[in-house]
Amino acid sequence: MEVFSLLADGFAVALTPQNMMLAVIGCVIGTMVGALPGLGPSNGVAILIPISFSFGLDATQSLVLMTSVYYGAMYGGRISSILLNIPGDEPALMTTLDGYPMAKQGRAAEALVLSGVASFVGATFATIGLMFLAPWLAQVAFLFGPAEYFALFLLAFCTLGGMASNNQRKAAIAACIGLGISMIGLDNSSGMPRLTGGSLHLMDGVDFLVAIVGLFAVAEVFIFIESHGKESAIGVKLGKVTIPFMMIVKSFGAMVRASVVGFIAGVLPGAGASLGSFLAYMTEKAISKDKDTFGTGNPRGVAAPEAGNNAAAGGALVPMLTLGVPGSGTTAVLLALLMTLNITPGPMLFKERPDLVWGLIATLFIANFVLLILNVPLVKIFVKLLSVPPWVLLPGVTMVSFVGIYSLSGSYFDLLLMIGFGVLGYFLRKIDVPTVPIILGILLGNHMEDKLRQAMVISGGDWTYLFSSPIAIGLWIAAIVGFVAPMFLSKFLKKPSAVSD
Amino acid sequence: MPDPVGSKLFPIMIGVVGFICAVAIFLKPDEAPNWPKLGIVFSILCAVVTLVGYAYALKPLGFIIPTAVASGVVSYLIRRNLLTALLTGVGLSVGLFALFKYALGLGLVAFSKNLIG
Repeated sequence: MEVFSLLADGFAVALTPQNMMLAVIGCVIGTMVGALPGLGPSNGVAILIPISFSFGLDATQSLVLMTSVYYGAMYGGRISSILLNIPGDEPALMTTLDGYPMAKQGRAAEALVLSGVASFVGATFATIGLMFLAPWLAQVAFLFGPAEYFALFLLAFCTLGGMASNNQRKAAIAACIGLGISMIGLDNSSGMPRLTGGSLHLMDGVDFLVAIVGLFAVAEVFIFIESHGKESAIGVKLGKVTIPFMMIVKSFGAMVRASVVGFIAGVLPGAGASLGSFLAYMTEKAISKDKDTFGTGNPRGVAAPEAGNNAAAGGALVPMLTLGVPGSGTTAVLLALLMTLNITPGPMLFKERPDLVWGLIATLFIANFVLLILNVPLVKIFVKLLSVPPWVLLPGVTMVSFVGIYSLSGSYFDLLLMIGFGVLGYFLRKIDVPTVPIILGILLGNHMEDKLRQAMVISGGDWTYLFSSPIAIGLWIAAIVGFVAPMFLSKFLKKPSAVSD
Repeated sequence: MPDPVGSKLFPIMIGVVGFICAVAIFLKPDEAPNWPKLGIVFSILCAVVTLVGYAYALKPLGFIIPTAVASGVVSYLIRRNLLTALLTGVGLSVGLFALFKYALGLGLVAFSKNLIG
């Protein structure tokens, strides 16, 4: 089969000593980023992008490093969920429900090993899924014209707003804020400045990385100042790490089911890993005979969300690579990385840069094995990281953010803008407006407008052109359903708290 | 080819959707959030001022001194302890400088020439 020969070529790219080393470094950093509460995956990857540029990595190398960090963060998030009852990143929220009770019963090591294996199963399943689904979807994507792309972007915002947040109105307004910010700068078609208020600094628009580091990293500092770092729950001691074979065998069915559910959730544009772990947990709970034990330390309640979260993380790469529409906040950051490297994701990427695409997929397989080793036998090293207190961690993250953004542009203005975004992010967090739609809006706004304009130029201003193909109509319907349906389902799908990665 | 959309329509569309959402939120508001007390607002303002100052100080003063001051202040704002703040400031500025300069090879300046004379 063609897929396997392409994959073999991919391994040839990934197995060079330098790329291997980058993958291992990425896995270690990623697990750290995931494990530390207050440093989520999107924000961790965003901070690392400027640093990897100044390091002089080429496109393949940067991508190898960053996707390893991305996969690593998805593994690492569970560590503090289980030991501290604080999710290390948002998708790990569901893992706290059964992971922390298990830890309190003195079964912390078992929970960590089980969730590590579940992460491996989920991520491996998703990487295999990516390998088969992505080339096929890339073929379908050739049928997409401007009208279809416009509808697809809309679908991403609608599923993100509808499913991944508790309040559709607030998610929609966040998307509008992001889209509005993306309009700042030179108009793509006419080359005239828009919404710059006459400021020369704003002529180039607002840099995506400045916004994301501000909204996540800097805002986090203000949140911690408010809580005085007091919110850290009492940690649970970790005993000797042994491998609970029986438990893994018994939970294996749950892992596979969760992987399928998570992968599908991840492939949906705009849905992401948080939704994947949420749906995986709810599905497993719904079909179990022992429903009541969920939430009290049921091993399957640990295995399912972890497999689901990692499968969704892999699935989210599918729309990002084939269509240029990210499936989650972190893949949005990876998309920004591709764009900054002058790589346009989409069907042509598979034709023109097979080395990059298949090297990336091969790296994901290798990263998975590295992560399994890091997260099962060596998990104790990362547990030690949790003892870094917030009053050291948060200033550190802030300083790294400043240096990263400063080394990117060397301008005071971007640093000030970043602080501004930090204040905005704090304010939005207080009033419970999700920030991921803003990020997606800033990233996709210009593309969305370009597609709309192209569609109108082709049709000579006939708006019905937007609904002229079956694919476009299907996407519009999916978008509307994705936005509206959760309002009626909210009674059944009550989330423990705001979910967004 | 003429552009039937123009550069104003899309931003106006976004504005209209945003306005509808704003009205929807206004008509059916959520519970009011827990706004922080005045003292905490003041702490956050201190942090903002410190970070703005840091942004301006980074180039003229070099990396070490502004970083030590800024991270010390942020640390103090999170946990009111002068000693840990002092240690955090010094440790982070020296540690990060070593990391960026020698491990990652960024072109940072430790102390500005104006200071050393």
